[in-house]
Amino acid sequence: MNEIFSNPVLAKALPEAIVETLQMVGISAFFTVLVGLPLGVFLHATAPGGLRPMPVVNRIVSDIVVNITRSIPFAILMVALIPLARLLVGTSLGPVAASVSLSIGTIPFFARLVEACLRDVHHGKIDAAQVMGSTRMQVINKVMLPESLPALVAAATTTVVTLVGYSAMAGLVGGGGLGKLAYNYGFQRFDVTVMIVTIVLIIVLVQVIQLTGEWISRSLDHR
Amino acid sequence: MITVTDLRKVYRQGKKEVVALDGVTLSVPKGSIHGIIGHSGAGKSTLVRCLTLLDRPTSGSVNIDGTELSSVRDSEIRAARRRIGMVFQHANLMDSRTAAGNVAHPLELVKTPKDKTRAKVAELLKLVGLEGFENAYPSQLSGGQRQRVGIARALASDPDVLLCDEPTSALDPATTDEILDLIQDLTRRLQLTVLIITHEMHVVKRVCGSVSLLARGRVVEAGELADVAAELDSKLARALLPLPASEPIKGALQAGPVLEILFSGESAKEPVLTSVARHFDIDLNVLAGSVETLAGQQFGHLRVQLAENVDYDSVVGYLRDRGISAKVVDTAVVPSDPADFAPETPGFAAETGDLK
Repeated sequence: MNEIFSNPVLAKALPEAIVETLQMVGISAFFTVLVGLPLGVFLHATAPGGLRPMPVVNRIVSDIVVNITRSIPFAILMVALIPLARLLVGTSLGPVAASVSLSIGTIPFFARLVEACLRDVHHGKIDAAQVMGSTRMQVINKVMLPESLPALVAAATTTVVTLVGYSAMAGLVGGGGLGKLAYNYGFQRFDVTVMIVTIVLIIVLVQVIQLTGEWISRSLDHR
Repeated sequence: MITVTDLRKVYRQGKKEVVALDGVTLSVPKGSIHGIIGHSGAGKSTLVRCLTLLDRPTSGSVNIDGTELSSVRDSEIRAARRRIGMVFQHANLMDSRTAAGNVAHPLELVKTPKDKTRAKVAELLKLVGLEGFENAYPSQLSGGQRQRVGIARALASDPDVLLCDEPTSALDPATTDEILDLIQDLTRRLQLTVLIITHEMHVVKRVCGSVSLLARGRVVEAGELADVAAELDSKLARALLPLPASEPIKGALQAGPVLEILFSGESAKEPVLTSVARHFDIDLNVLAGSVETLAGQQFGHLRVQLAENVDYDSVVGYLRDRGISAKVVDTAVVPSDPADFAPETPGFAAETGDLK
């Protein structure tokens, strides 16, 4: 225990690393939901048999954008997107820059989960809404999204947990955070204490996210 | 009043054309309940989808109080739909909304003011007997209560027509009757025009004033319940007044001619059988029978066997003179379902116990 408090690396760099990790996860989670949710809705609505089938557009978005992005390993995608990060935020270093590639890496993942959640909404409910005279937007806003909200929260939880893992990887290429701490000090300098502490912190972070997400999802579920 | 004229719906499956509705014509006057009965695959679901404009009919017309639904433009389709309230088999309520929230749903769509919505929702829930359940979620309600919420929701937009798609098929017998009585009561109070699509003859017997039998996309038989039930040879009469399938009774009367008799209305009040026995001085044996009150009238459907060597033609004539349908059948055994609208799956009739 004493070793942890007397470790100079931890005393100096740990608080900053925690903040950076939370920054990366927070920023990219925000943008993932902001873009991924509408993208998922779009994928679902334009699919064959959807609210507004658009076969060609759906194929393009689904196959090219989503599937290609998802099939590139994240470590490679991150490096490939460094120029984009520089363009958007002016630098390729730090948690904000890393959030660019993190968001782009997880948006298609989350969009797919959203699409699956919406597909699970019972078709009878959509029929009912349409017979009532709902517009397409009303069907989405008043039926699909509220009815799948517990599932959407669970999907967002899964996505944020994935983001924690990705953010550790982003640390290696200049993102900072706990990943960088573990790699630079724990791995390259053989500092076992740093390694263990960062791993435990990441585990705790994942647990907190998972439990909170599950709790929110359950409290929203009236089924 | 709703009038459907020569409604056709043809689906394309690859190169094949599937005719789901093959010229359906029916008309339901205001304030009455019309039953549409048929087995799976008869075209019931397609008819529902065409009436609610979820699917556009290929040709033909649907007319509600003079408004032609089938020719409305896409932009007017939502307003047209609001003239039809729809009740679904599984209620199809939103799980994320309370009972009050579900009933308020159609009102929200047209931006009804909050206080007006609240008053209307309270009124509707009271109408369907769910006062005090405003804040209950569908998962906290029984099947019958959920269907009541579904009915309240269907009535929220003050529709002229209530379309019920198998409204009781997921309910137990006691709840079925409660829901049917509610629909009947609402029809009278709100002067609705009601179409009930069902595969259960019980539903037709209990609430419908008129009925259409749908088979292979066509209306095979239709009419007032009292009229179709009085037709000895109609499929609907056989389904409304089913004779239990029977085996010949061993050691009973000698094999004499067998008559099928159907009496209704006034003639049901006469002691027919005993008067036949006295008039012809013969004995007769009841093999099977079914007596019911349909649309407020008494109906009886009997299969009787006469003693050997009786002049059955004169018996039939005697009965017909008294307004009773009668015919000679060649067997004492009640046949199982005739092939014409028999279910495609063998287990179906046994499962529902209807449409014999």
